[in-house]
Amino acid sequence: MTQNPYLWIVPILPLAGAAINGFFGRRSSRRAITSVALFFCGASFAMALFFAAGFSSAQAPYYYDFAHWLRSGSFQVDFSFYLDQLSLVMLLVVTGVGFLIHIYSVGYMADDDGYYRFMAYLNLFMFFMLTLVLAKNYLVMFIGWEGVGLASYLLIGYWFTKDSAAAAGKKAFIVNRIGDFGFLIALFLMITHFHSLDFTKVFEQVAMRPPETAGVGLLTAIGLLLMVGAAGKSAQLPLYVWLPDAMEGPTPVSALIHAATMVTAGVYMVARSHAIFDRAPTALTVVAIIGTLTALFAATIGIAQTDIKKVLAYSTVSQLGYMFMACGVGAFSAGIFHLMTHAFFKGLLFLAAGSVIHGVGGEQDMRKMGGLRVYMPWTFMTMGIATLAISGIPPFAGFWSKDEILWKAANASWVYWVIGVTTAFITSFYMFRLMYMTFGGEYRGAPVEAAHGHDDHASGHGHGHGDPHESPWVMLGPLVVLAFLSVVGGFVGLGNHFEHFLAPVFQQGAEVAQEVPSAGEKITEYLLMGISISVAGLGWLLAYLLYSRRPQLPARIAASLGGLYQAVVHKYYIDELYNVLFVKPLIDGSTTILWHGIDQGGIDAAVNDSATAARHVSDNLRHMQSGNLRSYAGWVAAGAAVVIAYMVWMGVR
Amino acid sequence: MVPLSYYLMLSGILFVCGVLGFLIKRNIITIFMSIELMLNGVNLSFVAFAAHWHALSGQVFVFFVMVVAAAEAAVGLAIVIAVYRTRETLNVDQVNLLKL
Repeated sequence: MTQNPYLWIVPILPLAGAAINGFFGRRSSRRAITSVALFFCGASFAMALFFAAGFSSAQAPYYYDFAHWLRSGSFQVDFSFYLDQLSLVMLLVVTGVGFLIHIYSVGYMADDDGYYRFMAYLNLFMFFMLTLVLAKNYLVMFIGWEGVGLASYLLIGYWFTKDSAAAAGKKAFIVNRIGDFGFLIALFLMITHFHSLDFTKVFEQVAMRPPETAGVGLLTAIGLLLMVGAAGKSAQLPLYVWLPDAMEGPTPVSALIHAATMVTAGVYMVARSHAIFDRAPTALTVVAIIGTLTALFAATIGIAQTDIKKVLAYSTVSQLGYMFMACGVGAFSAGIFHLMTHAFFKGLLFLAAGSVIHGVGGEQDMRKMGGLRVYMPWTFMTMGIATLAISGIPPFAGFWSKDEILWKAANASWVYWVIGVTTAFITSFYMFRLMYMTFGGEYRGAPVEAAHGHDDHASGHGHGHGDPHESPWVMLGPLVVLAFLSVVGGFVGLGNHFEHFLAPVFQQGAEVAQEVPSAGEKITEYLLMGISISVAGLGWLLAYLLYSRRPQLPARIAASLGGLYQAVVHKYYIDELYNVLFVKPLIDGSTTILWHGIDQGGIDAAVNDSATAARHVSDNLRHMQSGNLRSYAGWVAAGAAVVIAYMVWMGVR
Repeated sequence: MVPLSYYLMLSGILFVCGVLGFLIKRNIITIFMSIELMLNGVNLSFVAFAAHWHALSGQVFVFFVMVVAAAEAAVGLAIVIAVYRTRETLNVDQVNLLKL
């Protein structure tokens, strides 16, 4: 443990940016807003790089107690920050990808009226995300956790005049509250049983307990409740429904918050709490099952989506499922590895999709795209790289991390592996379907001139044109950088470097070091690797056949599948199901019982009735004020008589 | 020496006369005079008690009452004149606009 008194500066920087832009942005010039937002975000990134450069595993973890917070008897919580290998990886991913997306936003949001608001929100998000990542105890983490939820809400509902965006923001917020409820209960359990929320102290006490292999106990309960929180934030079954709707937000937001960073907070939290999960195998199995099912489930939905961002959204849900699968089989470092590579290629996919949407004038329906590789070669190339990466084609980043997960999953149970490989096939299929529909064939959309300006910000761009156009360099730059990272990002996993780096966190140092695979294991590993590569290739081939060679075929297949296809198109009617199961009863119950019953029948009735009664009484009393002086005199005399009579009577007694 | 009760009875009679006149009479001047009657009834009881108990404060208080009565008369009569000028009547039953 080493003190590092500069840790707190990293999250504070973006907060300063958010404050400056939030308070003064309305009156500032765009140039000023841009420089403030980029400076503070970039400064955090620089700090992160500085920490990474000075990072030494011998001295790690670094910590800093910034200030006291809660002091209640022996229980205490401080504003403390913590930097170990795990948070360093997250720190670099968050600030790095975040900074790139800030740059991209400068181009993407250039014509939006609320530019300062957007930049302030983005910076605010960075502040909370960094707080989450750098927290030393669960409560500070919870601040960040709730804060990113807030920033996510604000940014999903950024175009709040659009009903669907406002509704999507609320949906995300409410669904996340359900998860946070579980997280909170887990915190309460920790407070009652461990009298602390500090990571180190909690894990020390957890380590003293025996593993709950048989039966379930406190640790299993805490683990499951943490998983509820993670499922909410990271969009896992059954709380994933908010993420696809969250695509109502501007595309940079989808890339930053709903693909690269915030939604991975759940994975980070589970990995951070690995000490608890290590001793609660039941909870860990639940994590694996949820992750596996989510991966498959979301991938199948992704097949039939036509909105380019929706495909990516379901793909994100599916990839997050992979990460939870990895955590669930105890391969936390593989999960974090995939988290990192996913941040690169999924952030890139979203940014490229944003570039496409920008180029075709706000159209998001892939059926109205096509042939864009001619018009936007840079976007095509970078997005192609990201697609290769996510599909698991070597040597791109996604291959290394995904294969790592599948290998670990296969060691745990072949069921996970089969589902994982199936998902990999589907992933490859829908991603190449997206590529062919967007960039292949002929342009099927209306001339861009007609409907230029994103549907969201209707003001026209300054540059008139009839064809789809390539995006400005301020947007392409981040794409290229991310494409580079998507290519090389996986190499850090070569020779288990990444795993070794994270080993001190996950306390598997001894295991990893001694793990010398036997010849048989090597063969199995290469066999499984070969299978997953060929499966990815098959997905590509199928997409090529269906969407490039025989474009009329998918419709025929869809028609022959009938009900099944309809179910997939309608996302298995999960939204409708939740509507019937939860939303409708809640609204009906609130309307009849709470609104009509308690509010109108009880509270309002009491207020209104007392007002009516007062009016009736005064209606009668007002006749006393007749304007007749002698009647007033009479009242005075009568009143005096009463007072005198009372005094006399009292005096007699 | 006249007993205290006589004074008090006279004082009570004066006061009741004042009250009755205040309630019964319609002419605002008469009502005004009734008020003076009530005040002087009270004054009488004050001085009677003061003489009886050999305490000076009752007599002093009477002076206060007289001063206040004089001031009240001045203001009241001014109001009466103002009312007569606008309404051309001194009948209080006709001066009844101030009501709901």
